[in-house]
Amino acid sequence: MTSDAADQPVLVVEDLRTHFLVPAGAVKAVDGVSLSLQRGKTLGVVGESGSGKTVLARTIMGLNIAGNAVTTGSVKYGGKELVGRSSKEMKQLWGTEMAMVFQDPMTSLNPVVKIGRQLVEHVRVHLGASKAEARSIGTELLHSVKIPDADERFDVYPHEMSGGMRQRVCIAMALACSPDVLFADEPTTALDVTVQHQILNLLGSQQRNHNMAMMLVTHDIGVVAGRTDEIAVMYAGKIVEKAPTSALFNEMRHPYTEALLNSIPQTTKPKHTRLSAITGRPPDLINPPSGCSFAPRCPYARPKCHEEEPQLQAAGSSGHEFACHTPVGSPAAKEAFEANISEGLPQALVIAGHGIASEDDPTVWAS
Amino acid sequence: MAGSGTAHLRPAGDALLRVEDLTVEFPVGRNRVVHAVSGISFDIVKGETLGLVGESGCGKSTTGRALIQLPRPTAGQVTLGGSDLTGLDEESMRILRTKAQMIFQDPISSLNPRRAVGEVVAEPMHVWGPADKNAQWEMVSSMLEAVGVDPDSARYKYPHEFSGGQCQRISIARALVLEPELIICDEPVSALDVSVQAQILNLLEDLKAQYGLTMVFIAHDLAVVKNISDRVAVMYLGKMCEYSESDDLYANPAHPYTQLLLDSLPIPDPGIQLQTDVTDDGELPSPINPPSGCRFRTRCDRADDVCVQLEPTMRRVSDDHFVACHHPLVAVEEASVQISPASVIPGGESA
Repeated sequence: MTSDAADQPVLVVEDLRTHFLVPAGAVKAVDGVSLSLQRGKTLGVVGESGSGKTVLARTIMGLNIAGNAVTTGSVKYGGKELVGRSSKEMKQLWGTEMAMVFQDPMTSLNPVVKIGRQLVEHVRVHLGASKAEARSIGTELLHSVKIPDADERFDVYPHEMSGGMRQRVCIAMALACSPDVLFADEPTTALDVTVQHQILNLLGSQQRNHNMAMMLVTHDIGVVAGRTDEIAVMYAGKIVEKAPTSALFNEMRHPYTEALLNSIPQTTKPKHTRLSAITGRPPDLINPPSGCSFAPRCPYARPKCHEEEPQLQAAGSSGHEFACHTPVGSPAAKEAFEANISEGLPQALVIAGHGIASEDDPTVWAS
Repeated sequence: MAGSGTAHLRPAGDALLRVEDLTVEFPVGRNRVVHAVSGISFDIVKGETLGLVGESGCGKSTTGRALIQLPRPTAGQVTLGGSDLTGLDEESMRILRTKAQMIFQDPISSLNPRRAVGEVVAEPMHVWGPADKNAQWEMVSSMLEAVGVDPDSARYKYPHEFSGGQCQRISIARALVLEPELIICDEPVSALDVSVQAQILNLLEDLKAQYGLTMVFIAHDLAVVKNISDRVAVMYLGKMCEYSESDDLYANPAHPYTQLLLDSLPIPDPGIQLQTDVTDDGELPSPINPPSGCRFRTRCDRADDVCVQLEPTMRRVSDDHFVACHHPLVAVEEASVQISPASVIPGGESA
């Protein structure tokens, strides 16, 4: 999984599991994830809502402070084990070693405190700077994230700024103490497409300048395509495919990755192009289906898929792994697809262009 | 940008909906006014989908709401099926509203959490439908079925028992149950996952074919808009920049703002070099005091003195493609060539 073997990964995650205990059982939000982050590289984590990508990022940072969360496995940062540490111990790492940019810039800033003070408070706690020093560092930070009139903007409230500007403040805050690892959890989902472009460019340039490792969590596979070195696709708490970015797009093996890509409307296709929607919904994480968790929605599913859980296996090119019995493009997948069509399986019919994809699988409401 | 002008309108008789010089302003105290929509004109023929696209704050939602007179526009005309909605009294408007229905962005908050789904969808029926409850339910259940929700199991369930995508299907069923002529979709898929978004977009296309719907589709995502629209209107700060048949808009964008939007789109292909050097770090100027002349000039690298002084009007690029720009990216006909005999409003009303 390392494209540069000489580099030691800065963060190594092994078999990480986060289960939330609820009266109905354990919600397996993250269920055996292994990955590593390299200095200066970006890992994209992609999946639908509820696939566990946000919980994964929060677990690595130790932000799952809910009392019912049970975390097992290992997160090694610079050789030190992080799983099992208390919030108090983790606090020393937050900000200085690892930082996070959250989805909604309005709710992650305190609405009744001027942004400068929020930024400075953070710098003062972590770097022990005096008030005056902190102000000049703060202004410089605002300047570095391209906020115009940084000096004046230092004394405004969050509501006086646009969403894009607020997200810049959040990025400035995250970068204040030059962390080694930056987690960006859907940093642009709440933003316009032009502002999204600005923010992603900013994150990319900051990552290069600081030589950080970055984990970019998103539901939009288009966002990660041009901006990551490696992509991990998550489904039902597990990584189902992981590969260097170009390999993932060129030799896509997992049906879920293919389905995610095909469900995005693209401007290169003519208008009214029918989208291949994914039938059904993500599975119940308390009682996930036996076998492959994507099998109930997969157009290539075979009986084996419902019985035996596929394990991550290496694909052709280096660092490419996937977990599937009937990988995309294989003869087995083709055969299974044809069999599923003749059986009238909804998810296969939808791909073939018949029927409406419904969230109530397995019924298809005929058009 | 931001152009005024009606060169892009088709002859008045053809359109189901015709909007001329629509202006919506909101007073915000101290004699200041938010120019939310300033002189927008467009028309839609029956069975067509018009996409309205632009950044937050460009007035696209306000335009959508002004079409059904919520709130009533400050100036301009909205003609639906021959009747001018702006001149109607409340009661006639109430009757006409059954012909134009709206689907909102947040599917969960647009359904009453304390009402069962069967009731939510049947509500329009209580006012306008048959008196017989069984006949009402029959229409409701066939509509729920058409949107892919099992009517019998959904009837007594509450919105919180459904996912976001299903709630959006239910909102669509509620909007369609009176068989309106016009559907206004205000960012109907922005709150949804990509996979669910694809389901809803396909559903809207199916329903459009099935019921012969005419749609105004408001969204900020150009790829989504292209997929569903026959024609697209690009808006910026209350004005229309470009109006075109959708394939042509994406193949030959004529307005610098359209180009900016297209360059900002994430492309799911790592082989394509990203335009990371796009210099635009601009923000939308205040709609209280919009820039003079072309409203886009503060973010446009082609802007010059003409753009400061003169507001561009709609000019013809090709038969189905119009742009309001002094320095468009493709060749256009001169401003004097006006297809429509309708009155041209010189300049904007804004300073």
